[in-house]
Amino acid sequence: MAHTGPRTPESFYAKVPYLKLLMGMGSDMYRQQILDHYKNPRNHGELEDPTFTHVGENPSCGDTIKIDVRLDDDGETIDYVSFSGDGCAISQASASMLTERLPGTTLGELAEMDRDDVVEMLGVDISPMRIKCAVLAEKVIQDGAKIHEGDLDIDETTTEE
Amino acid sequence: MGVQESYPIDVEAIRADFPILDRLVGGDVETPGQGPDDDTPLYYLDNAATSHTPEQVVEAISDYYRGYNANVHRGIHQLSQEASVAYEEAHDTVADFIGAAGREEIVFTKNTTEAENLVAYAWGLTELGPDDSVVLSEMEHHASLVTWQQIAKRTGAEVRYIRVDDDGYLDMDHAAELIDDSTAMVSVVHVSNTLGTVNPVADLADLAHDHDALIFVDGAQSAPTRPVDVEAMDADFFAFSGHKMCGPTGIGALYGKEAILESMQPYLYGGDMIRRVTYEESTWEDLPWKFEAGTPSIAQGIAFAAAVDYMEEIGMDAVQAHEELLAEYAYDRLSEFDGVDIYGPPGDDRGGLVAFNVEGVHAHDLSSIVNDHGVAIRAGDHCTQPLHDKLGIAASARASFYVYNTREEIDELIDAVTDARDLFA
Repeated sequence: MAHTGPRTPESFYAKVPYLKLLMGMGSDMYRQQILDHYKNPRNHGELEDPTFTHVGENPSCGDTIKIDVRLDDDGETIDYVSFSGDGCAISQASASMLTERLPGTTLGELAEMDRDDVVEMLGVDISPMRIKCAVLAEKVIQDGAKIHEGDLDIDETTTEE
Repeated sequence: MGVQESYPIDVEAIRADFPILDRLVGGDVETPGQGPDDDTPLYYLDNAATSHTPEQVVEAISDYYRGYNANVHRGIHQLSQEASVAYEEAHDTVADFIGAAGREEIVFTKNTTEAENLVAYAWGLTELGPDDSVVLSEMEHHASLVTWQQIAKRTGAEVRYIRVDDDGYLDMDHAAELIDDSTAMVSVVHVSNTLGTVNPVADLADLAHDHDALIFVDGAQSAPTRPVDVEAMDADFFAFSGHKMCGPTGIGALYGKEAILESMQPYLYGGDMIRRVTYEESTWEDLPWKFEAGTPSIAQGIAFAAAVDYMEEIGMDAVQAHEELLAEYAYDRLSEFDGVDIYGPPGDDRGGLVAFNVEGVHAHDLSSIVNDHGVAIRAGDHCTQPLHDKLGIAASARASFYVYNTREEIDELIDAVTDARDLFA
């Protein structure tokens, strides 16, 4: 049987598809970006005065995300987003990156976002089995906004198809 | 290297029966094994989810479709007779495999889950009431846990859970407390698919029978990996799946003591399970056909028997020895890491699987990175969410072994885990 033996981290990083996912088409910058957001999440914690709050999970993965959103005085533009949660690198890094991306966005623009926007933000290919990890935070914020505007009535978001 | 001599079975010869083990992985999942990026050897360590299928079993399926495809129990013509004989004899083969008296005690089902549901619906809905209790263990698979939980809700019965202690064993003192005169059914897993614990099912059967309760043993992880004798363990019901023991998907078996199956009403109604039908009434066919309504999975049933023949040719004592050898090796190698949690009993006292977590690396990230090494393991809750809640974890990684696995494949897993740890450090 073939036995490839231990690889050095560098040759390993250069070769394998999941690392493409973490590092982005072989680029160190993206690897740094996702791993960095996972290890040092931005805007992590809870807001004292959120306009709305929402939670969600991937039941089959155990990924959980809680999002706090504060709107500007116009009641339409996102001023600040924070998150807390637990889960894989993809789900948590995606949430962290969204908290940086969304301020300045209107709720109308938020509602228009789809999974392609998240994949583009992550800058990497996401395998079909992991896409729900990537989009969890986006879906939690979108559902939270809909509940806030009276268009949805659920306690918790899940990403199960 | 002389490695083969150190296994209880002839792994090299066995591997030759499984061409899938020679394929390469890493490419586009829409063109399995065909893409330019399919350049990494496969190390398949996800056998508790499903095992691979040897040539002998694939041939049993193709022989049926190429040679004698026909519906069973329907026609007088030659092909139907050939198919019927092969399908019925498959029940005899499976009965012998687990020490049942004969085909009347073996109902073919879709899988273990369907066998659980058959008993829960056909026996449970009739027999259970608000004064009854059903005793499960905290390590039950959802197939058993969810089924009895829901049947209990419908009937008003109480569900009780035998505690799992810190070492991953059932607390048998607690079991003796829980199983009392209100208990009508004890449903326990034989070998835990998450902890690898081998439960003392014969002792639990004694406890159940002391209180006139029945016992259902979930053998999904035990029948494929060790000798099973349902009469010696005195199980009232025992269930397992073909696809975890070199057979095809879509076929499993429910063993039930003849008198109990005889007393139960059918679970599914339709063709093949009846003896006489009028516009007003119907009577039922003999066992086991009473519980096999409609056209069954004929090819799968016949191939299930071929899988049993394949396993018996290796010898179930030797299979168990090989499983234990690999489990202990994997346990010891994973124990070399700091910051790796392994769930369940010690390496020298478990079935052939090891569930674990690496500190700082989510099980799904771990599984993805390990996959890039060509190593296939399971990540998730393994259909034991309440047990994971009890352990205080959302998910775990699980490596599980079968007759074609080697120590070298476990070494590949260890290398891959090392890389994942370094990446997330």
